[in-house]
Amino acid sequence: MVYQAARYTAAEHPASSLAFTFIQAALSMRYSALSILKQGLGGHRGWTRAWRDPTPKPAYDVIIIGGGGHGLATAYYLAKVHGITDVAVIEKGWIGGGNVGRNTTIIRSNYMFPSNTYFYEHSMKLWEGLEQDFNFNAMVSQRGVINLYHSDAQRDAFARRGNAMRLAGVDAELIDADEVRRRVPLLDFDNARFPIEGGLLQPRGGTVRHDAVAWGYARGADSRGVDIIQNCEVTGIEMKNGRAVAVQTTRGRISANKIGSAVAGHTSKIAQMVGLELPLESHVLQAFVSEGIKPHLDTVVTFGAGHFYISQSDKGGLVYGGDLDGYNSYAQRGNLPMMEHVMAGGMAIMPSIGRVRLLRHWGGVMDMTMDGSPFICRTPVDGFYLNGGWCYGGFKATPASGWCFAHTIANEEPHEYNRDFTIERFAEGRMIDEKGVGPNPWIQ
Amino acid sequence: MNACAMRPAFNRDKIMHQIQCPWCGVRDEAEFQYKGDATVVRPADDADEAGFFRYVYLRDNPKGWHTEWWHHVAGCRQFVKVVRNTLTHEVAATGTPADTLQVPES
Repeated sequence: MVYQAARYTAAEHPASSLAFTFIQAALSMRYSALSILKQGLGGHRGWTRAWRDPTPKPAYDVIIIGGGGHGLATAYYLAKVHGITDVAVIEKGWIGGGNVGRNTTIIRSNYMFPSNTYFYEHSMKLWEGLEQDFNFNAMVSQRGVINLYHSDAQRDAFARRGNAMRLAGVDAELIDADEVRRRVPLLDFDNARFPIEGGLLQPRGGTVRHDAVAWGYARGADSRGVDIIQNCEVTGIEMKNGRAVAVQTTRGRISANKIGSAVAGHTSKIAQMVGLELPLESHVLQAFVSEGIKPHLDTVVTFGAGHFYISQSDKGGLVYGGDLDGYNSYAQRGNLPMMEHVMAGGMAIMPSIGRVRLLRHWGGVMDMTMDGSPFICRTPVDGFYLNGGWCYGGFKATPASGWCFAHTIANEEPHEYNRDFTIERFAEGRMIDEKGVGPNPWIQ
Repeated sequence: MNACAMRPAFNRDKIMHQIQCPWCGVRDEAEFQYKGDATVVRPADDADEAGFFRYVYLRDNPKGWHTEWWHHVAGCRQFVKVVRNTLTHEVAATGTPADTLQVPES
């Protein structure tokens, strides 16, 4: 009966109808198999929008600049975990139009340094319960991530990392060439330059539908009272007695007790508005999707030695990428030499992709820090909180990033998991340089 | 309109950096290795830690014109100073490390 009423009122009555509003509220509360069935019987005309389109209020308790995965997750956890609901997420374009919609959707927690390991493992645990938590299908698929190794030295390095992970309670398995062959038979095991000797496997790693992460967090935050304000660009930050007190936007001035920045890619630009200079550079990273093909690859494979990694989406496209183009850039596109390099890497390790056509490619702007690790911290500017520096690893961090940033904003101090992700670590000599390449962001 | 005329214009500048090496002439980006911001200046040896911290770690990271080093690693192996736009990838000027290059407005 409910679906019939919804269908009737939605089609015939103005939205102000009380009955319509009631049914709309009842239907929008929860997504489930039952709600799909009901809506299906009603021709799918009763679905309501997943979040409001509010006009910005003159003031909020907390403003988060940036409606990407991290900003939306921050707002969600501020509301859900800390009960702070007078929050606005301000986005210059549309939500999820930046790097949360531009990555290669991989999740993993295979880091070696304790500052990273526990943080990314917390993220993995949040991924594992995320869909139930925010009632949205993010297609979290723990299909495993295999890092290939090609020499004894590389095997030893991976064994060291795997052992560090296991000591921290993270799943890791060092597998030999036969086991890699059993799992991914289509690789070129006898490659003359990089013969495959085995891999480091994280079984709980995998992929997630990235857009759904932004949408799920947006819907969850909105339903708890957060205002998501799109097409609203922050053009300046107003300071009073050394404290950030308001943002100037293309839709007017909005004041706040606390202002958080989660705009990775453009963090330098926002930080300059409060007079902060940061140890980071913006770089472009490209990614690629092939035409859809039948099931070909049921795990994630990384070929670090050849600067290539690949998985297959549920839609059938091979999703792959490589390294940074390697020069400062704010353009959301890269250049052909890096495309050619990535394709060559793919052909070297997985020759069967040679006849598959490239369907799309794009670039995203990365905050590359001087040690390859992020910032989630308070800053020397009172009332201004920083989340950024995600390098090319921000997607997998999304849940824990929002969770830790919300904690830091709510409590005025970091959580144990993000304690080391400070700006000051560089001056203090406590860099978290997982790759060990030093302050050269273009090769981090 | 024939098929040939319908073909989009092929503009190398749009798909790849081309850098005028002062010693070798115009070369493709693939011959170079990027070496970062050319505006940072190493402080005197007896400068304090803060000076070295700024030099090693802090960057303006401009969205727009950026003066930077490209090492002509597959050519003459000299360092080339380049003024390039980080939003459009356009190269405005190149020179030797000793040259002072004009940075365009905006």
